[in-house]
Amino acid sequence: MTSSLRLRAAIVSIALFLAFIGIWHIATRGTGAVATMTPEYARLMGLTATHGKSAMPGPLDVGAKLWEHVKRPFYDNGPNDKGLGIQLGYSIARVGLGYFLAVIVAIPLGFLIGMSPLINKALDPFIQILKPISPLAWMPLALYTIKDSGLSAIFVIFICSVWPMLLNTAFGVAAVRKEWINVARTLEVGTVRRAFTVILPAAAPTILTGMRISIGIAWLVIVAAEMLVGGTGIGYFVWNEWNNLSITNVIIAILLIGVVGMLLDQILARFTRMVTFPE
Amino acid sequence: MSTFDDPFDADRKLSRSGCVCGQHGSAAEHDQAALTLRCEPAPTDERRYEGVVASAAMRAMFPKDAARRAFLKSVGASTALAAVSQFFPIKTATEVFAEQRSPEKKDLKVGFIPITCATPIIMAAPLGFYSKYGLNVEVVKTAGWAVIRDKTINKEYDAAHMLAPMPIAISLGLGAQAIPFTVPAIENINGQGITLAMKHKDRRDPKDWKGMKFAIPFDYSMHNYLLRYYLADHGIDPDTDVQLRSVPPPEMVANLRADNIDGFLAPDNICQRAIYDGVGFLHILSKEIWDGHPCCSFAASREFITTSPNSFAALTRAIVDATAYASKAENRKQIAEAIAPANYINAPVTVLEQVLTGTYADGLGGVKTDAKRVDFDPFPWQSFAVWMLTQMKRWGQIKGDVDYKSVAEQVYLATDTAKVMKEMGLTPPATSYKSFAVMGKTFDAAKPEDYLASFKIRKVT
Repeated sequence: MTSSLRLRAAIVSIALFLAFIGIWHIATRGTGAVATMTPEYARLMGLTATHGKSAMPGPLDVGAKLWEHVKRPFYDNGPNDKGLGIQLGYSIARVGLGYFLAVIVAIPLGFLIGMSPLINKALDPFIQILKPISPLAWMPLALYTIKDSGLSAIFVIFICSVWPMLLNTAFGVAAVRKEWINVARTLEVGTVRRAFTVILPAAAPTILTGMRISIGIAWLVIVAAEMLVGGTGIGYFVWNEWNNLSITNVIIAILLIGVVGMLLDQILARFTRMVTFPE
Repeated sequence: MSTFDDPFDADRKLSRSGCVCGQHGSAAEHDQAALTLRCEPAPTDERRYEGVVASAAMRAMFPKDAARRAFLKSVGASTALAAVSQFFPIKTATEVFAEQRSPEKKDLKVGFIPITCATPIIMAAPLGFYSKYGLNVEVVKTAGWAVIRDKTINKEYDAAHMLAPMPIAISLGLGAQAIPFTVPAIENINGQGITLAMKHKDRRDPKDWKGMKFAIPFDYSMHNYLLRYYLADHGIDPDTDVQLRSVPPPEMVANLRADNIDGFLAPDNICQRAIYDGVGFLHILSKEIWDGHPCCSFAASREFITTSPNSFAALTRAIVDATAYASKAENRKQIAEAIAPANYINAPVTVLEQVLTGTYADGLGGVKTDAKRVDFDPFPWQSFAVWMLTQMKRWGQIKGDVDYKSVAEQVYLATDTAKVMKEMGLTPPATSYKSFAVMGKTFDAAKPEDYLASFKIRKVT
């Protein structure tokens, strides 16, 4: 039953994909030669103007270009032109670093907030105000104070991934069942030990969920941050190709951003499953 | 105008009286010539340096110009060269001279925006002008003018490509914290244009442009001042009758296609790209507003100059050299190919070629030729800076009084650049102020307030 459902779902997926490609192909076909112009003039003009080629590339253009990128993902033609593999590597490294810093800060702080109602109340107004700020709004401030665009991008990743982790950790820690804590107390387990042996395992699924939300947001933000500061990374690649109005390359980048985002999410999802326990 | 000051030419004057380059009878005559002529490098550097060294040697031997001329006339130039070379090692001296003091910092980062205005800064990397002066320069593409400003202020970049008014604005603390910045060299002159959407092809009179939306690259840009000047000259108040938006150049073409704006005043490769893609046509070139206007500059903070004077001098030399190379029409095709790849401007070669060679499609079916569509001239005229200050004041960017002359002289390093050019054997202009006309109206840098007062349309502050 489940296998046939899976098969049917796959067929529907493929059909949807083919329909999408087909419509895309038809919608972006050129209109053929347009206005008459002298050959001398036409030589100076682009295909859009001379052959009515759609400004939006078709699936075949994108496929051909994608193959070109896949063939040589790690080329390096100087500081402003590197292969897609290298660009993705830069972005993943930035996200990794910012995210790692956020984990170091958010999880202990979340524990503190979850375990102490006093700290919870005291920090609440700050968190409530800081949480909804768009991470990119920090960018000018970061550039001004940190004075380094690479570090600023990492800071922006840090600040955007800290909140979901912090709140989820605090929530998970505060929501640990009272009975378990009371049992630990009865057995005279110390605070530190209680935190690690009782609360941490109990709150782990919630914490991991927060981390999973964070990595998604971090990956969303890095593209925008790199478009702003430039230099390296997949966001810079999008901006550079946008500069050249090369929609083909922008579409390829979008595709890859989606794939990498999915992979990051799947990794965290796997971790979450590992710590989940039946009650 | 050959800049090689041949000391073995009997008809030439070497003495410092007359004019600086020695080719004209008086300073006034030189000025006249300098207005119409630009600097070009001698055939090779070695020849050029040889000229500089030989001039010095001849000047030392014959303090009186008449005596040198008599000597040359009687023995002939080649004999004289041989004779002088015997007891003064001109070749060795030239080699010593060419070996400039080594730069304090060899690995430099220079930021640029991918537009044709940055041509000298960009091409100096692939064509080896930086390495020629012992520098290892990484030219880094940057996302926008505000980012390039911040990265240069943060010292991530040692020097950068900036819009000509930006270093003035930064030094005055307009839109940034006040940090003394300097302009050792102008990048390009001309090379911008007003592009309009295809639907306006029958609305060529600016008087009909009320209510239209225009894009400019940045508030502190020549584009902003030129467009405002042009509109105001046709009776359109740029603050109330039309909308001016600051839009990054690459987004201008997309916005024009999407009908978000009616036109823009932007660098030529953006204009040409709009034409290439069939979304716009060229209304006028910016040189029709002001022929020879500056656009972009090569800028560095004063701190960089004081901490690394030799690096700065080497950079200036490389840029001046590259600019001179770019100013020659025969090099333009090669330059277009060198700067088109994704590592640099990232644009179709056809588009860049049309901008640099000056043979271009106008978007209305015609092919036009204007060799001076964009040109390159490094000399940072201080009168340019004074003009920009008048416009900053005219449109309310500067409130209150401003000391035009001292700001211009602090930011636009005409004297230092002239010195570097002289050392390179080039001929800088004798003064740092020149008069020019914008839309037929002459600007006198000595009377900026009168000039400002003569405009009917201006922002009331």
